[in-house]
Amino acid sequence: MQLKTLNGDVAKIAARGEGHARALSDVLVRDTSVAYAFIAPAFFLLLFLVAYPFVLSVWFSLSDARIGETGDFVGLDNFRRLLTSAIFLQTLQNSIVFTAVALGAKTVFGMTLALLLFRIGRFKRLIRGAVLLPFIVPTALSTLVWWWMFEPLYSVVNWTLKSLHLVNRDIPWLPDPYLAMFTVILVNTWRGLPFFAITLLAGLVAIPKELYEAAESDGAGPIGRFCHVTVPLLKPVLAVVILFSTIFTLADFNIVYVLTKGGPMNMTHLFATYSFVLGLQGGQIGQGAAVSLFLFPILLLVVFVQLRMVRRATTYE
Amino acid sequence: MSNVSRLARRSRPLFTLYLPVMPFVLFALFPLYFMLVTSFKKNAELYDVNAVPFLIGRGVTFGHYELLSKDTLFWSWFVNSLMVSLAATVISVVLGVLAAYPLARLKFPGGDSFGVAIFITYLVPPTLLFLPLSTVVARLGLSDSLWALVVTYPTFLVPFCTWLLMGYFRTVPKEIEECAMLDGCNRLQTMLRILLPVAVPGVICAALFAFTLSWNEFLYALVFVSPAELKTMTVGVFSELIRGDIYYWGGLMAGACIGSLPIVIAYVFFLDYYVSGLTAGAVK
Repeated sequence: MQLKTLNGDVAKIAARGEGHARALSDVLVRDTSVAYAFIAPAFFLLLFLVAYPFVLSVWFSLSDARIGETGDFVGLDNFRRLLTSAIFLQTLQNSIVFTAVALGAKTVFGMTLALLLFRIGRFKRLIRGAVLLPFIVPTALSTLVWWWMFEPLYSVVNWTLKSLHLVNRDIPWLPDPYLAMFTVILVNTWRGLPFFAITLLAGLVAIPKELYEAAESDGAGPIGRFCHVTVPLLKPVLAVVILFSTIFTLADFNIVYVLTKGGPMNMTHLFATYSFVLGLQGGQIGQGAAVSLFLFPILLLVVFVQLRMVRRATTYE
Repeated sequence: MSNVSRLARRSRPLFTLYLPVMPFVLFALFPLYFMLVTSFKKNAELYDVNAVPFLIGRGVTFGHYELLSKDTLFWSWFVNSLMVSLAATVISVVLGVLAAYPLARLKFPGGDSFGVAIFITYLVPPTLLFLPLSTVVARLGLSDSLWALVVTYPTFLVPFCTWLLMGYFRTVPKEIEECAMLDGCNRLQTMLRILLPVAVPGVICAALFAFTLSWNEFLYALVFVSPAELKTMTVGVFSELIRGDIYYWGGLMAGACIGSLPIVIAYVFFLDYYVSGLTAGAVK
């Protein structure tokens, strides 16, 4: 494809005159070496510190490597062992629940917030600035305050619930496995909601006003306009946001590590935290690498879908 | 139109917009407010189960901040974070500008594939590669040094900066560069003198995000650097202020406040850049 356009350019130039063509094709040739020279630093960085570690990770997952030892090839042993390990199966289940619920919450509330922000006129900047803040503040630090808010003895959440007489005893937010899962999902939603809201808001702003007017003159009510104008036109943005967030929700480490360290009883472990425990704290790099590689197929799927959408978007243009 | 109905129409947004948006604003801000309040509260009030937790009732104290400054290496962590973030930002923005330019402007064999590769690495979460990267860092002899972070942070910053700048460069018309090239400038001169001055907002945006992402980074800093005096802000506050079963909640919250401060200040001044950077990936 590229060659074709390149030839096309040269042909166009040639039509303008021989001498010109030589000068400009010289530029085009020089441009290729310029392009490579400009790209080289980034290329080698990503080759040595992303591609090579990835290959290393695959090798680790197929070996019995431990910290400080290279290890021997053991085939799919690590994966086989993981799929029969109760803790790993629990991690797998946790990851699915965590990602599905957090994504659902972020999509629904993010959409609601975006629709509200879209119509707000006064204090626009102030309100947008406020709701975006959780996304900017360091997660490891903001999760500390959530920990403090759910602390067993002095929890502000329990204090409030008790003062309102909604409950009469302390709720064990973090020691209880199910409530702990609820809490980590809540914190992930708190942090990720602004990304959904602000991105969807940008999508809403991009929808031409005439379409709403046309729908209105066709007799569509607010719900009809939402279903037939907003949703279809927002779909590409929504898809990108959800796909993007799938990877980063599934790969979350900070929130779970700070809040529960994967506990109680491994009930909040995700791939990243379990791989950390196995690979670094337990020294079994092979097993740890195998756990984190479970993220890879999902990453591939997301990349595939996104690239297809980008391609489609460019052909429409 | 009667006064009553006019009033009703004016106050409608209050009920249909501002009231519904309040829970979202409260949800977003309350933890940050509570962080600040806790950091200024005396221990006696902090650990009194009957005291109202939302307000400071028995006087403000700077004791937790003093504890941070005197009994911990807090300011070393602060300086470490600052140096690592600045270095990683400069490296990533420079590499990002260099890589984004040919991807946005030039046609060359392999260009499309490199663009796709950048996009894929942009989507790779750091949690996928921290184990093998720790081996690579050790082999390079960088374990337990801040260089480990300066070298590894660009692995997720360069794809981000390149992607963002590529989109930005494409919005700048080609013609202004072509004029400069006809005047005998080479590609590097054209990029530096003609394109970059026009693309300053894009570069600021990339730099702000690179700095924020470096400052907030937790996993690599936790894994690659273990001596207490070399820790970064996020890891230091988390791991050095919790000793066994004793939690210094006041100190933890004070650390979290100061640790968030540089980012919040940058955010207040450059809100629009943050918004545009955030949406750059998802909306074309």
